[in-house]
Amino acid sequence: MDPVLNSGDTAWMLISTALVILMTIPGVALFYGGLIRRENVLNTLFLSFITFAIVSVLWFIYGFDLAFGADLWGVLGTLTNPFFSGVLESGTLSSYAPTIPTALYAVFQMTFAAITVALISGAIVERMKFSAWLAFVPLWLTAVYIPITHWVWGGGWLFQMGVLDFAGGIVVHLSSGVAALALVLLLGIRKNAKLLPHHLGYSVIGTGLLWFGWFGFNAGSALGASNLAVSAMIVTNTSAAMGMLSWVLMDKLNTGKPTLLGALSGAVVGLATITPAAGYVNISAAMIIGFVSAIICYYAVSHLKPIIGYDDALDVFGIHGMSGIIGTLAAGIFATPLINSAIKGGVIAGNLEQLGIQLLAVLFVGFYSFVVTYIIGWVINKTIGLRVEDDHEVQGLDINLHEESGYRL
Amino acid sequence: MKKIITIIRPDKLEDVKKALEDIGCHGMTVQEVKGRGIQLGITESYRGTDYKVDLLPKTRIEIVAKTEDVDGIVDAIVKNAQTGCIGDGKIFISAVEDVIRIRTGERGNKAI
Repeated sequence: MDPVLNSGDTAWMLISTALVILMTIPGVALFYGGLIRRENVLNTLFLSFITFAIVSVLWFIYGFDLAFGADLWGVLGTLTNPFFSGVLESGTLSSYAPTIPTALYAVFQMTFAAITVALISGAIVERMKFSAWLAFVPLWLTAVYIPITHWVWGGGWLFQMGVLDFAGGIVVHLSSGVAALALVLLLGIRKNAKLLPHHLGYSVIGTGLLWFGWFGFNAGSALGASNLAVSAMIVTNTSAAMGMLSWVLMDKLNTGKPTLLGALSGAVVGLATITPAAGYVNISAAMIIGFVSAIICYYAVSHLKPIIGYDDALDVFGIHGMSGIIGTLAAGIFATPLINSAIKGGVIAGNLEQLGIQLLAVLFVGFYSFVVTYIIGWVINKTIGLRVEDDHEVQGLDINLHEESGYRL
Repeated sequence: MKKIITIIRPDKLEDVKKALEDIGCHGMTVQEVKGRGIQLGITESYRGTDYKVDLLPKTRIEIVAKTEDVDGIVDAIVKNAQTGCIGDGKIFISAVEDVIRIRTGERGNKAI
């Protein structure tokens, strides 16, 4: 029987796409915007918004085809419809989700590409040239995000090996977290590298929007209005809640007081960690995943970072990178065919081999993202220059790079 | 005529304002300021790392009064802004040469 468009699935995917857009603009923008100095608030918000715009345009010129077009040697898709020509007109159904239009699948995927690049901005805030960022976004999208997406989701070599990444632990969180690390090694440490949030209220709103939008991200990755979407939604929420409780517990044990930023960070960790496993695991696995991941990320941020001494300003590696790694491995452990009949499951389902595939994907994608990001950053540094002038950094970026200020007080 | 500048804890502003009103001292200019004294700073903790915040939010009140009223005003401020802990603030008193009310052009005590 030929596949037919299912209006329920299509409606859910339209909504999911809109939800994921809300995660980047303004979710990530506000989450980050609250955490920096007041003199840099507009620049920080701007990084997410301009990223969303650039990726939105490039995705339909060539991005979607290179990521999801017909596979070429397991490495990249082929560009068959530049400028998305003919796709809207033909109204074909997606080969990845046969009950919804190709174009809907493409725009849903666009939102993932946009948030991934925007996430990296959290590491480089308060000191990177805006022009350098404008150059970085298309280069990174093209050379890092698109190939990785093709390998994992678009029929590439990791896909063919059967790697499990339901909604982007590898594609989104690992790739951006490691890229953040590579970029801050080139950028160096800020003159004032303290994390003293100028307006945590922004971050509260941002986290709320992220949590809300994540239901489109994870439950939407079921690609239809199905039982699987319901299951993914519930484990996503459970993991976020456990992550929050776990981080607050770490706060209490380590510095004596529960902190709101700790609660927000733990929730984001829970959300990010469950992402690759959301369509494969049950509630008790989600509880373990959220709880354990927040503990590991807490120590990565509060202990590992000071020891190594890099300036990942808003902990993109410590939170997203670590969550991506932990979640991807957790999927290899806790995945079960009882939740998702399309897979063989992980270690608890007796499929030990899955954990090996997950580990290989983490190592190779992490390595690839780090190396290519470092090369991109190095080239930009030699041409445009990555870092703003010293006095601009001291006075703040808003007034110097944008001739605007966030607060007229 | 004297100018009284006092730096107090922000949460004591309402008490001090009320006490000054009770003794008939209405005019004042209030600013939210940051500063430090013996207290030096407090510790805040974000994502498991402690940071020393060495400029603390304070409230600065500026009052110009007749010389004979100054003692009453100082008493009211001290009584209402005091907690006995480090960080209560200070009062500075200095002479004022003249005061002019812009609306009428009056000068001196009448203009206060």
